[in-house]
Formats: sequence, C-alpha cells, structure tokens
Amino acid sequence: MTCSERDLAIYVHWPFCKAKCPYCDFNSHVRHQGVDSKRFTEAIAQELAWFAAQDPGRRVTSIFFGGGTPSLMPPSMVGFLLDRIASLWDSAPDIEATLEANPTSTEADNFRGYRAAGINRVSVGVQALDAGSLRVLGRQHGVDEALAAYRLAVKIFPRSSFDLIYARPGQTRESWAAELARALSEQQGHMSLYQLTIEPDTAFARLHAEGKLAIPGDEAGTALYEVTQDLTAKAGLQAYEVSNHARPGEESRHNLHYWRYGDYAGVGPGAHSRFTIGAQKHAIATEKHPENWLKRVTATGNGIVSDEILSGPEQADEMLLMGMRVSEGIDLGRYERLAGRPLGQTRIDDLAALGLVAQSGRRLKATAKGRRLLNAVIGELAA
Amino acid sequence: MTDPQHIRNFSIIAHIDHGKSTLADRLIQLCGAVADRDMVSQILDSMELERERGITIKANTVRLDYTAKNGEKYVLNLIDTPGHVDFAYEVSRSLAACEGSLLVVDASQGVEAQTLANVYQAIANNHEIIPVLNKVDLPAAEPERVRQQIEDVIGLDASDAIEISAKTGIGVPDVLEAIVHRLPPPRGDRSAPLKALLVDSWYDPYLGVVVLVRVVDGELKKGQRIKLMSTNAAYQIERVGISRPKKEMVESLGPGEIGFFTAAIKQVADTRVGDTVTDEKRPAAEALPGFKPAQPVVFAGFFPVDAARFEDLRDAMGKLRLNDASFSYDMETSAALGFGFRCGFLGLLHLEIIRERIEREFNVDVITTAPSVIYKVNLRAGEQIELHNPVDLPDVTLIESIEEPWIEATILVPDEYLGSILKLCEDRRGRQKQLTYAGTRAMLVYELPLNEVVFDFYDRLKSVSRGYASFDYKMIGYEEGDLVRLSILVNAEPVDALAMIVHRVRAEQRGRVMCEKLKELIPRHMFQVPIQAAIGGKIVARETLSALRKDVTAKCYGGDITRKRKLLDKQKEGKKKMRQFGKVEIPQEAFIAALKMDEN
Repeated sequence: MTCSERDLAIYVHWPFCKAKCPYCDFNSHVRHQGVDSKRFTEAIAQELAWFAAQDPGRRVTSIFFGGGTPSLMPPSMVGFLLDRIASLWDSAPDIEATLEANPTSTEADNFRGYRAAGINRVSVGVQALDAGSLRVLGRQHGVDEALAAYRLAVKIFPRSSFDLIYARPGQTRESWAAELARALSEQQGHMSLYQLTIEPDTAFARLHAEGKLAIPGDEAGTALYEVTQDLTAKAGLQAYEVSNHARPGEESRHNLHYWRYGDYAGVGPGAHSRFTIGAQKHAIATEKHPENWLKRVTATGNGIVSDEILSGPEQADEMLLMGMRVSEGIDLGRYERLAGRPLGQTRIDDLAALGLVAQSGRRLKATAKGRRLLNAVIGELAA
Repeated sequence: MTDPQHIRNFSIIAHIDHGKSTLADRLIQLCGAVADRDMVSQILDSMELERERGITIKANTVRLDYTAKNGEKYVLNLIDTPGHVDFAYEVSRSLAACEGSLLVVDASQGVEAQTLANVYQAIANNHEIIPVLNKVDLPAAEPERVRQQIEDVIGLDASDAIEISAKTGIGVPDVLEAIVHRLPPPRGDRSAPLKALLVDSWYDPYLGVVVLVRVVDGELKKGQRIKLMSTNAAYQIERVGISRPKKEMVESLGPGEIGFFTAAIKQVADTRVGDTVTDEKRPAAEALPGFKPAQPVVFAGFFPVDAARFEDLRDAMGKLRLNDASFSYDMETSAALGFGFRCGFLGLLHLEIIRERIEREFNVDVITTAPSVIYKVNLRAGEQIELHNPVDLPDVTLIESIEEPWIEATILVPDEYLGSILKLCEDRRGRQKQLTYAGTRAMLVYELPLNEVVFDFYDRLKSVSRGYASFDYKMIGYEEGDLVRLSILVNAEPVDALAMIVHRVRAEQRGRVMCEKLKELIPRHMFQVPIQAAIGGKIVARETLSALRKDVTAKCYGGDITRKRKLLDKQKEGKKKMRQFGKVEIPQEAFIAALKMDEN
C-alpha cells in the first residue's frame, strides 16, 4: 500500500456526547437541551467546501466520523456530508468511510441508516466486557447490550473494529486474558486495544491525583501489554500499530494515512488538519467550543483558530512520531528530504544493537521491543 | 588629626542574630552620623547577601563624634568585623586594630561557640571587653543566668555588664559612656616612622582599590610615598579619608586613627590583610606582628549549568576576585560537567557566599562539586604534592602516604542534644579532647579531620541539635590517614565529578549512599545501568538501575500530532541538558542532587 501526495483523508468531528466519560480528554460536550444537528451539519459542509477551494483536484481515499459520539448523528446528516464530499472531490473507488459508534441499543437502531448513507466500516467502542468496568468507565451500555450491538454491526457493515480499553483499575493479567479471548471470538478482523492512560484535566486525573483511582503500575501494565500482543498474534491479528491489530488487509486505511503522514482535512469543532497548499504544509486547528465554532463558520466560512506553516524539520519530526508507530516504519529518504539532514546513523546503530529498531535499506522500523519503548526510541532518534 | 586621648577604637563581638548590627545602627543614630531619614537597617552591612544572612564579609568602619556626659568630645571608631569562622584571620586583624570590644550576648540565648572563639581572639589582642546583654526587653530574657554564664564559660567578670535593648534603644546611651570611660585610648608615637595595620581592602568602581588602615605610629598623608612591607611594593597615596559612614576626605591620619587611602593600586590581591604600611623613605624597623597570607582550605569545582555560559562564569569569577583576594580559581574540565573552575575558599560559608553571589549578581547558575580539602600526598619517590582535586590523585602504587588536615572544633550545645552530637563527632572520626558543662550547656572540644567537616557536618550538627548547637574551629595541622579515592562508575564509566577522597573505614558507606542516591536520580534507560562505587579496581557498593519497561503513548491519531510534537521538542530540550557518559545520559539535576546528599 502506498499513498499518493494528492490523496486526502477527511475527518469529521461530532463533538457531542450523552455523557462525558471520565477518562476521555477529547473535545466532547454534553448538551441537555438537545443539539441542532442540521445547523452543525451544514456548518461542517461549509468547512469541507473551504478545504476543497484551497486546493482543488484532490482525491479522497478515506472518511472518518469521530467524536464525541458521531453515532448520535441522524443518519440523514451523515448521508448529507458523504454526498457533499463526493461532490467536492474525486473519491477513490475503494474509499473507506468509518463511523465511531457506541454500542447502545438506541444507537444500534441507526446502523442500517448509516450503512444506507454510505458508511462501510464501524469502529465499535465496546471498551470492556464486564459490567463493573463499564460503570467505572462511565459507559452508557451494558455487556450484553454492547455485544448485541457489535453483532448487529457485523451483519450490516462490511468491515468493523472491536475496541477495548485495558489496564483498567483492578485488572489482572488473567482477567484481561480471559476478556480478550472472548473479544477475539467476536471480532471480525480488526481490534483497537488501548491501554488506559490518565490524561490531564479529566475526572480520572483528579481521582488518580487524590489516590482514589489505582491503575496497574509499570510492571503490571507491561505484562498486560505483552499478553495483548501474544493473544492477538495467536488469533491471526497483526500488531500493525502500537494499539491496533488486524488481519492483513483489514487495517484502518484512514488511520494508516495519519501514521504515514499523509494530508488530512479535519472539519467540525476542535478538528486538526495537515493540509498542503502549494508547497506548504499547514497545521490547522478549529475552534473547540461547538457553539463558538458554529458562529465562526457562519461568519467566515470556516472555524479556523490557528494555521501554522510547518518547517521541514517540524514535518520530519511529525513523520517520525507517527511513522514509527506502525510496523512498516518510515522511509529514511523521506525523513532526510524533510529534515534537510539524515537521521543519525550512529543513533540508529546504537538502537539496533539494543534490539529496538531494525533497518533494511532505506526503511527503519521499531521492533516489537522497540515499540514498547517507542517514546524513548523516538526521543533518541529525533535528538 | 585627633588627640589619641580622645579616640576610642572598638569592635562588636556577637553571635549571628544576637543584635550586633542593630546595636551598631543605634550607636550611629545616637551620634547623629546619619540623618534619621537616611537610616536604613543594618547600615554597615552593605551587600544584599550580608543583610539577608546577617553576616559581615568585609570589615567596615564608621567614625562617630560623641560628646560625653562630662562635656568632652570623643572620636569613636567602630570596626565591624566579619563574624564567621571562615574569616577568623580577618577577624583577628580587625580586632588588632582596636583597643577594646563590646561583647554582645543575647540575654535569652546565652553564649555561643562562635562568640567564644572571637572573644578569645579579642583577649589575645589585649582588649578591654565590655559585656553587653541585649534583648533584655524580651519575656524570655534571663540576664542573671547569662551573666553567670559569661563568667563560667568565658571567665570574664560580668558584674558590670550593661543591660540593653538595641531594638528599643534602652541602655544604649550607657554603652557609649562605657566605651569612653572603660576602654583605653590608643597609644602611639606621632614622630616615629609610619606603621599602619592593613585591616581590609576592597574594590570601589570609582576610587579603585580602597585600603582600610589603622595607624599605629607616625602619620599617613596625602601625596606620601608608602610601601607594603610583605611585598615591598611602593605606591603614592592619592586620597586619605574617613568613613562616617559616608566617605569624607582628610589630609592625614595620625596614631590611633582609622581611615582609608587610595594609591593607584591595581588589584585587591596586591594588598594583604594584616600587612604593615610604612613610609617608603623612612620605613619602620619591623612590621606589626601577626601577618599571615590568606590560605584557601576548601576546594570545589564550579561549573555553569548551561555550558554556553562558561565565559559569563569566568567573567563573574574575575569580578569577584577583584574584591576578594582570599578566593582563588583555576580552569578545570570535567567529562561530567564540561568546562568550569576549581576554586579555593577560606571555608564552606565562603564557598556558599561566592556561589550565591555568582548566581545572584551575575545570573549564572552553577553546579558545585563536593568540597574537598588539601591533601598532602607523599610519593615513594620522596616528593610531596598538594592535592586540591580527587581526580588528580596519582596512581596508588606511587603513593607512600597521604596526610589530611585536622581541626580542633569547639561545640556548645544544650545537654539534651549532647548524645547526638557525640555520636556525630565519633562517626566523623573525631577524638574527644574536652567535655565541660556551664549550667545546662555542654562545651565539647573535638579534634576532627577537616574532610569529614566539609562533608555536610554543619547541616547534620544543626539538624541533630534542632539548630541549638553552635560550632567553631581552628586548623591544628596535618596527619597521616588511611585515605583512598572512591570512584563512582555509571555503566562502567567513571564519573569524574563524583570522585572523592575518603577514609577507608568510611568508603563503603559513602559509596553505598551515593549509589542509592544516583539510582533515584538517573532516569531509567532503554537498557539496564549498573551504578558502582569502587576503590581502585575493587567494587565496594553496587546498585542496578533497571531498564525502562514500557514507554509508549497508547493513542495517537491525527488530532494529537501538534501536542505530541511539542512534547518531543521538550524531550529534545531535556536531552540537551543531559551529560553523556558512554551510552548513559545523566541529567544535571542528578549531579546537583547527588553532590548535595546527606547521609540519611
């Protein structure tokens, strides 16, 4: 798989949730009085038009509806945006259109509608397979409900991802192994398995700081990570990225596009873009607060609050940060072109001697051991 | 010129916080030397640092005009002396310039070790001493007990001690009367060849080097050709003046007078405290007794935290040295810390003052290596070398023996802390010489190796006595010791900045503490890192820093890149501050913390 520089991925951010999950630091908001979906959808469409106008003639290879909770969007709105994208850009014949879905029964009722609108892949946030954990994580669904929703999704969509969070409070290696085995028997070729991270400014961060939330420590967390790698590999899912496992061919094309540092246009409140205009790569971010974003778009046609042109070395760093996460690694030639200097061979050799990276020709990738220490490895390479 | 019969020269001896500077301020005010509106607290302590720490580094004088109750006019010269053990020699020279002292003791605290040492110096200089009990207005004041203590501990008659409160001014006029009536006037021969004691000198940005002197015999005049007897260097006097404390120029100074002169002297280092100033053409037959060139006794490396600021550090050192000839520095390089300087100091406080001044006045952050003393290394070849830096120790096979400096320490402590102090001294290889009591306070005299004292002894002393112990020392000479160099190895690479010379019996424990500390301070690496302490090839302590197990961001998609890139920038910034030892990176904070270690 390669991606052309003209290929574009589109990210749509739907910032609303029924309730805020205590671990989540994404741009999500709860609106008890309801959301005027139509106005937000139309504003997103305006931003899409803005991007299309900046650099016409690009080809869209993937679309991703993320959030927040995009499965709260009425299917007609999703369809409206997919149609708009198709009218603004050329689409790749095998275009991937993913929607993140929460597995509640009400949201599952919309699955057929999303499929009809053009969504061909769902990423289902099951998160845990025990009731206690789901409560701690603040989820709105039970175990059986989630499994029923996932099974329904599998019937409706050609492709799906079964997503879990592990290294949760009180989780042991044995309990996680059993839970993961059960999930592996359900999944249909793709799993995103995230280790729970305490993010700043979340409810979990406060509880953690107050000593009221204990999560598995360094040693235990490492053991859980290892067992994750083991069991998924045995089930035929390759660890194609740090937290993503897929049967060959079932990888998320949209996410791979990020990791390969391709261009993407992010629309909606608090969305980020990496978008080349002329010869310059722009780092664009939009207003996070939904209503303020809406005002901006209505007034100016986009919600952009920051637009920074990335220097070559900055792009090289970003490419390294993203590219080393995937098993295929990075192209050293591309790094050198962006950075204006090659990646230090001594540093590569030192890391290779420690069994953390492997170089073959102009490709450099992290080994399984190196991926576990990726932040340190990247820090060393980028220094 | 004033008739010596109407001159009184005195200094004030007091422990830190017992009220020396406040009393000086009151005396100055009562004599009207400074208008009330110009009065700032602690007039004589001019440097910010001195004010903050309540210590005096440079000697300072003030000339006061006082009309006594009998109607006679007197000139009172107050010499404010450096009040710390590190500056004991400077204290002795300031005292030598006076005929008497006020011994100020806090009526609630009592006599402290440092007071004791200075009062003995004053007695050795034949001073008439007036005991003054300060802070008698405090509820905790016990003037009778302290009076008794002065008699018991110092052996001075305290029956006519003056009770005052420098803060409120109570009793201060009595002090002025006592100075006039109880202290003797200076004696001197105006017609004899000039003989003046060089009390101190400093660099003034407008006047150049300013020399503070006390004239003993003869006259010091504007335009006169003078000579410094220790170096035979000759100069022509440009200005003569007195300090009120505002500088006031005069034509000459006669016997008993205290003042300053300038003479186109290039640097403070050309003038030595304790030297004798005489007339070039008609010199005195012999110099005043007691001259001793300043000798640094404690050495440490100073390195800029930011290697790029080495030149700024060099500049700061040069400027400080301009005013402080007792401090020395030579360039040094360290694999751990880069380019820096090996510096010599009169003691630990001196070191601390210089370090703070560099950071405060020149804004250069410095890393200080573990203080070391001067060892005398006797080589098998018969030669003796002086060792200022553990790194320079010759190969053990070439060494016959190593000698280390010893001190005699005097410690005063309330008896409930005596046990802990005894243990501390014994742990530090001390030899008890004396243990006496004065009331509920014990006075301990111990002989201790100086290298045990420069290693956090003050801090321990203060902490085991909750701040109640006071301490003073004097050098007593060199003694052979079973000394070894303790090397610290990180991932088998020796870290020069952490090498130290220690007594063999203490090596293992010191090594273990250092290894444990470093294990906490060095961040985990992608591989295991052994941390060892060794004497020669023999490992005496070892810790293992285990490898980093997992360090990876679980979730990273398009929206996070900017934040992640900024984190990476921070990581790169942090790496720049690391020092590389083979494959191991050690943050500078680790060195700073390791060098600051205590033994707990």
